[in-house]
Amino acid sequence: MGGIIEFRHLAKSYGQTEVFRNLDLDISPGVTTGLVGESGCGKSTLLQLINGLERPDRGTVRTFGEPVPVTGLASFRRRIGYAVQGTGLFPHMSVARNISLLGELEGWSDARIRARTGTLMELMALDGELTSRYPHELSGGQQQRVGICRAMYLQPDILLLDEPFSGVDPLTRADIHEQFLKLMGSESTTVVLVTHDMSEAVELADEIIVIRDGEIVRQGPVERIRQSSDAYVARLFGQGRAS
Amino acid sequence: MSTDRRSLKNTPAAPRTDRGGRRAAGSSRSKPRAAPRVILLLAGLCASLIAFAQTRPIVIGSKTFTEGYLLAEMMAQVLEERGFEVRRRTGLGGTLVAFQALESGEIDAYPEYTGTLAQAILEAEGELGEEELNARLAPFGVELLAGLGFNNTYAIAVTGETASRFGLERISDLAALPQLRFGFSHEFRDRADGWPGLQQRYGLPQTSSGIEHGLAYLALLEGDLDVTDAYSTDGDLLRYDLSVLEDDLGFFPAYLAAPLVRADLAPDVKAALSALTDLLDDETMRALNAEVVVEERTFAQVAQSFLLAQGLVTPGETRAPTLWETLGRNTLTHLKLTAIAVLAACVVGVGLALLVYRSPALSAGVLYVAGLLQTIPSIALLALMIPLAGVGQVPAIIALFLYSLLPIARNTITALITIDPLLRRVTQALGLSEREQLRHVYVPLALPHMLAGVRIAAVVSIGTATLAAFIGAGGLGEPIVTGLALNDTSLILQGAIPAALLALGAELLFELLERRLVPRHLVSQQAM
Repeated sequence: MGGIIEFRHLAKSYGQTEVFRNLDLDISPGVTTGLVGESGCGKSTLLQLINGLERPDRGTVRTFGEPVPVTGLASFRRRIGYAVQGTGLFPHMSVARNISLLGELEGWSDARIRARTGTLMELMALDGELTSRYPHELSGGQQQRVGICRAMYLQPDILLLDEPFSGVDPLTRADIHEQFLKLMGSESTTVVLVTHDMSEAVELADEIIVIRDGEIVRQGPVERIRQSSDAYVARLFGQGRAS
Repeated sequence: MSTDRRSLKNTPAAPRTDRGGRRAAGSSRSKPRAAPRVILLLAGLCASLIAFAQTRPIVIGSKTFTEGYLLAEMMAQVLEERGFEVRRRTGLGGTLVAFQALESGEIDAYPEYTGTLAQAILEAEGELGEEELNARLAPFGVELLAGLGFNNTYAIAVTGETASRFGLERISDLAALPQLRFGFSHEFRDRADGWPGLQQRYGLPQTSSGIEHGLAYLALLEGDLDVTDAYSTDGDLLRYDLSVLEDDLGFFPAYLAAPLVRADLAPDVKAALSALTDLLDDETMRALNAEVVVEERTFAQVAQSFLLAQGLVTPGETRAPTLWETLGRNTLTHLKLTAIAVLAACVVGVGLALLVYRSPALSAGVLYVAGLLQTIPSIALLALMIPLAGVGQVPAIIALFLYSLLPIARNTITALITIDPLLRRVTQALGLSEREQLRHVYVPLALPHMLAGVRIAAVVSIGTATLAAFIGAGGLGEPIVTGLALNDTSLILQGAIPAALLALGAELLFELLERRLVPRHLVSQQAM
């Protein structure tokens, strides 16, 4: 079995703390995979190994069938969207420019930029009036939507999401989930979603991988995981509801 | 600069103005007439080089005290009378600066004293005769012309009242009067040819206290002091009706004034200057100095009326530049000095910061060196520049540049390393190249800090640049330096007020710049 992303014999430590000892993992193309686990289980590190923000101590990470490159990282990363909790929006840029910066850097025409920005904002239910606002003038939920639009701007082959929907109230989160699913319906992208909330993963993902202390404890289609009687999985469901 | 005892003279006086109305210089300059076209560029170039060499004005310098300015003005006027074009670069901050300027060709002549040359330049033990001096000065490429006729040496002064009460005429008379209170300038107390030697030679029983030279005369008049040191041609001796005691044992070395010129100066220029030989005795010089300090006439006016009386110049219109012209010229020079220095510091400081900010060790190193430069007192840094870059605007710009580096580099590095790590991670993950990261994210975010650094550098430079006048760079320091030498507040204000306004203007400019370049919500969260 091969994936659009493959980890082989992966080992990674931070100082004395060993995150992964010997991990093998494949991510299937064209679907949304939820990486679920408690904080500190290494799931964010996995994302950053995919786009080269982190490097393995041992083992290999292959993306698009090739090892993660050392040079030419910028063009490599433009094929991989990235959105993160806390959003990391550029505080000095308007909403429109936050979303469209990558298009500008790719040399897109103004018309193309306007069109793409409009499409994405509409899909994520962002009012057109917001384009000239700065990030600090937006609500938390609006900021997260902008983050998603920015990550999706170049229609990346892979979208990496690191808890991008946490930290907002449940109603808003439900709205964003709905809009995100709508967006995924109109773009064909491999999504890797990191979350500690099993119910979120179940709602958004096609496949789920449960990680505990750097090891895979469960892996499979959503239905199978949902019906699992595993105590740890049950606990993750519970935690999601609590948060 | 303390080696120049003469630079310590403080006396109030009139604003200094250059003598205007330069006479059309005729005789020595003959431009090549219509050069035949066949001779082409080369000949034209040669001709213009020669013309340039001929028309290059003769630059007269001076140090920063009344007599220096006045003698320089006389030298300049005598040359102008004979058709030479003259530029004045007066107010050089001390013997070493003036001498260095002469040696390097920045100036062609300035008035100097035999004793000063022997001590400060040649570091000779004891006195040197004129021939001996010139033999020793030859390797420097400079030459002392024949003396002007007076000896501005140290003198011991008392009030006329004290002199008549104790029947004082000679220094040796002081030995019998232990009750007299002695107060001397700090330098005089330190110099071997000052108080220590004097006390020994004359066997004086008194002790002395140190006092600012400018205050000593007042203390004398107030009756707080009885005896102080003076310069024998000081105009204030007349002004305050002080008596000079005769150096009957011949203790003080001679400080004979003479034009010091570049040895390669054209013979006709040297000859023209010889018109001043033996023209002035001690009393005449004292009276002329007093005209400046007491009657508040300009150096140019005093020099001209004296030279007129001697038949050395013909009456001509002297149009002194107006206050506004002088102000404008000084302000422009000042702006030029600071603008070049700060712009260069921006390029180098920001460039350095961008190179090193990712390495904490290198960042610390750069900040350490820049900080070290900052601790050098500005006047010392300017003085240190002289052997490296001579005098004038270049060393001043270099010094200001070095001072501006720290605030700019420090603020840039600090701003770059304190950018939110999450933002940094996202910027990389989105696929911005290093250049794009800097251009679109890091530098715009660091901009408020960087602007604050440049603003500090600019304001500090505008202030520090006033000191650059000491090494002949001109600018708004020029009236300040002259005003300090003459104890002339209005002259000092002519430099200080525009400098303060410039600093305020710079603040305003950066405020506007920040408002234009930085979104408002980012300004408030950035601390200066």
